[in-house]
Amino acid sequence: MKSSKFLVSALTLALAFGVAGCGKKEGGSNDVIKIGSVSPLTGPQTHIGKDNENGARLAVDEINAKGLELGGRKVKLELLGEDDQAEPKTATIVAQKLVDAGVVAVIGHLNSGTTIPASKIYHDAGIPQISPSATAVAYTAQGYKTAYRVMANDAQQGKALGQFAVGKMAAKKIAIIDDRTAYGQGLADEFEKAARAAGGEVVAREFTNDRATDFSAILTSIKGKTPDLIFFGGMDPQGGPMAKQMKSLGLTAKLLGGDGLQNVNFVKLAGSDAEGVVASSPGLPIDSMPGGPDFRKRFEAKYGVIQVYVPYAYDAVYALVDAMKRANSAEPAKVLAELPKTDLQGVSGPVKFDDKGDTTGGAVTLYEVKSGAWQVLETVN
Amino acid sequence: MDIFTQQLVNGLVLGSIYALVALGYTMVYGILELINFAHGEVTMIGAMVALTVIGVLVGVAPELPGILVVLGGILAAIPACMLLAFGIEKIAYRPLRKAPRLAPLITAIGVSIILQNLAMLIWGRQYVSFPEILPTTKYEFLGAHISLLQISIVVLAFAIMAGLWLLVERTRLGRAMRATAQSKEVAELMGVNVDRVISATFIIGAAIAAIAGVMVSAYYGLAHYYMGFMLGLKAFSAAVLGGIGNIAGAMLGGLLLGVIEALGAGYIGDITGGFLGSHYQDVFAFFVLIAVLVFRPSGLLGERVANRA
Repeated sequence: MKSSKFLVSALTLALAFGVAGCGKKEGGSNDVIKIGSVSPLTGPQTHIGKDNENGARLAVDEINAKGLELGGRKVKLELLGEDDQAEPKTATIVAQKLVDAGVVAVIGHLNSGTTIPASKIYHDAGIPQISPSATAVAYTAQGYKTAYRVMANDAQQGKALGQFAVGKMAAKKIAIIDDRTAYGQGLADEFEKAARAAGGEVVAREFTNDRATDFSAILTSIKGKTPDLIFFGGMDPQGGPMAKQMKSLGLTAKLLGGDGLQNVNFVKLAGSDAEGVVASSPGLPIDSMPGGPDFRKRFEAKYGVIQVYVPYAYDAVYALVDAMKRANSAEPAKVLAELPKTDLQGVSGPVKFDDKGDTTGGAVTLYEVKSGAWQVLETVN
Repeated sequence: MDIFTQQLVNGLVLGSIYALVALGYTMVYGILELINFAHGEVTMIGAMVALTVIGVLVGVAPELPGILVVLGGILAAIPACMLLAFGIEKIAYRPLRKAPRLAPLITAIGVSIILQNLAMLIWGRQYVSFPEILPTTKYEFLGAHISLLQISIVVLAFAIMAGLWLLVERTRLGRAMRATAQSKEVAELMGVNVDRVISATFIIGAAIAAIAGVMVSAYYGLAHYYMGFMLGLKAFSAAVLGGIGNIAGAMLGGLLLGVIEALGAGYIGDITGGFLGSHYQDVFAFFVLIAVLVFRPSGLLGERVANRA
């Protein structure tokens, strides 16, 4: 008696699921297209993370307002924002969650350290992933046909920085610090290669982490080696206090960084000690981007001051939707077939991918803090 | 030599801040045998409240000297943190006082997460920067650069520690605290209002944490809703290193941990010929902690627990 009752209920359940599954396939997925967006929404990099999500959201809202039609049906995009806490571990959990939720593509993640482990999950699920800001070379070097990025990678950026340090900044003795993340370490390694090749001498290689605020010990140790330039591969929450502590320790060396430092927040955190700090950012400065000033107006009216990667998150969504339009479908496999043919005039510049999924544009711009704001020094290609 | 002096100075400043926060952990543990994991977050709230007040003061009265502005911030942060700690103890710990010891420990972790998220909602996800209002005067001492701010932090920290020692050893409240720490039941029989003593312990610890919070944010030039976590962890380790429950131990442990970290980060690369880099800073500090605990399980100045039971 008992077992037959169990059998009946099991059958009912199976039937119910079967029916529900069918219903979903026919109706649901065609009207609402789910796109994932992943960035740290808690923890020290929250401000940049929320910013990336907002960039993607702006694009999604605009596309929805204009109306999107795929395969003869009106569809609506829905952005699912997830928090990876800038933690590789959390990144894979969140990635799986998005895959399970049935997203057709993912914009993200923000950090290289989270983008790389998550990319395997998207690859296995056959879902396109476009990162607005992961710059580590390793991300697209894995051979995944699902991995794309819209920003110049660290090899391009590190090379430009290394040549600039030894050339224009005339640095002979260089100290390097990185935050041991995939991004910081990757950029620092590329920088070191380029700086050595250009004839610079690396006198110290020190390390910190992406939660630290005290650098006095490593800076003191660096001071003993009298470098004339310190390169930091990492983000603004560390870079700001580092610039301050350099000054208070009486270090006269210049501070040079990558795109992790090149934002408004760095200047706020370092205060007057930000003066003279040089940092690079892939791509053109926002106001020299083809659609830059107009984009800034639209974004800042809705979400406040742009931190750093917003235009890339925004362009990533447009590149994705562009591929969907050409495929006339939101099916991941069809979209993936179209993504390599992307040729789009984005806010950040032309969006085109090479066969690895890297962007072919790849300009790098150098900035210096002068009277409390980032000023453009030069753009190198 | 000048590098060594500088590293000592770095460590001493960091250590005095650790010591102040460690006091809060150790006082509560001494009396309740509870590890108040929310203490790091109380420090963070102190920094945030102070920064908010400082921001307002700078806006309203820009001609006010920086020291007075910061003092205003500290004076606002202290009562705010006292009130917070009083509330935490009353709501989250007191109902669990008779519960198994794991229960309040988990509650403490819960309170810490709640406070972090509350702070994120109030002050946002951004780093809040400390306005540059303090003088940046620097002195040279044996080749090391020492700023006025660093000297003030160390002097103030030692003054607070001395004050706390006097309070515990020389006042009625202090005697009641020591009595409660030895045995709650007996102290109660002798007419000590144990509830009030426990509240007082939390409140005093929070006041010190508020000052430490302002010091950290002034020293590093920033505050963030996340800052209490690592600081709390380090301070807790410092308290354990010195012997948790022992006030002098927390001070010694804090200073020692700061100096060990600074020297570790500064020299580990050179000593091991680059084999171990400065990212082993924390590993090194915790290695010392483990080594001390292996040989002295109750910490440097800690009493043996068996004697107390």
